[in-house]
Amino acid sequence: MIPAQREIGALLVGDLAERLPGAVSRLSHSRGECYLHVEQSRLLDLARFLKEQQSWQFDFLANVSAVDWLSRAPRFEVVYHLRSLVFNYRIGLKVDVPDASLSLLSLSGIWRAADWLEREVYDLFGIRFTGHPDLRRIMMPDDWEGHPYRRDYPLAGRTAE
Amino acid sequence: MGLIDGRFEKNTATDAVDTIINLGRAYSLWPVAYGLACCAIEMIHTMTARWDLARFGAEVFRASPRQADVMIVAGTVTHKMAPILRRLYDQMPEPKFVIAMGGCATAGGPFRTYSVVQGVDTIVPVDIYVEGCPPRPENLIRAFVLLQERVKTMTIAQSPLQPEPPVGIGA
Repeated sequence: MIPAQREIGALLVGDLAERLPGAVSRLSHSRGECYLHVEQSRLLDLARFLKEQQSWQFDFLANVSAVDWLSRAPRFEVVYHLRSLVFNYRIGLKVDVPDASLSLLSLSGIWRAADWLEREVYDLFGIRFTGHPDLRRIMMPDDWEGHPYRRDYPLAGRTAE
Repeated sequence: MGLIDGRFEKNTATDAVDTIINLGRAYSLWPVAYGLACCAIEMIHTMTARWDLARFGAEVFRASPRQADVMIVAGTVTHKMAPILRRLYDQMPEPKFVIAMGGCATAGGPFRTYSVVQGVDTIVPVDIYVEGCPPRPENLIRAFVLLQERVKTMTIAQSPLQPEPPVGIGA
């Protein structure tokens, strides 16, 4: 039987407790979607597991985005949205970004789609992805200064009167 | 017109030549096929059978700026697009004219943000501003008619350089 979307998280956490203990610290739900809160050091292991495990096959990285909490520590959180086109599952991953390095490991070796999506997060939030093959700006002009989606970036721009 | 431009005082002969040249220029304005946002859709509508800009002598949208003499800045200009727009303008042969179509091209429109140019007149000189979001095709046609009036005042005779103030069109 195909599990309902809101049960995917709990099933996945149960599976992970055996195979990758300690990788997921918490499970949360938002608007019917499930989010795994992932330990930053285990992100790559977990990503590879989710893609390659025959019973899940999260073969499609749909989106990478980030949240700037500004007053919180750690300040940034990166969110990944995964889909399994085989089973029609959806799952989200949330990873805290260490304030000191402001970088995560790149997932572009696992999903090719991560290439441009991580460039977008780098461009707009200034979070670096180590191991990325070509970490350049993708939205803003190449010579742009600053990262516009940060909460402390002036909305009307720095040059506006 | 480089050979005879500005070589003579204004006289009967230059008047006659002006009449012919200006008639040709005014009624064969060739715009660049260049749209940036939703205004471009209205610009396309202006060309369709219902409004038919060809009635006013500006029929031929060119795919190359080197064959065009009017640039309709139809839409939001971002800072990333700005150098490209300027380059297209620079490639157009003289004499050339610019119509800033809609609120975005005129003054940034609703986008008072870091990424949007607050008025295309900071990049290229604008002859006609068209109000609207987006302007209706009739409004763009009116811009062409005003531009034609302006073209008809051009002369090959020596004249003190007086840049004309741009014209604005209400909705």
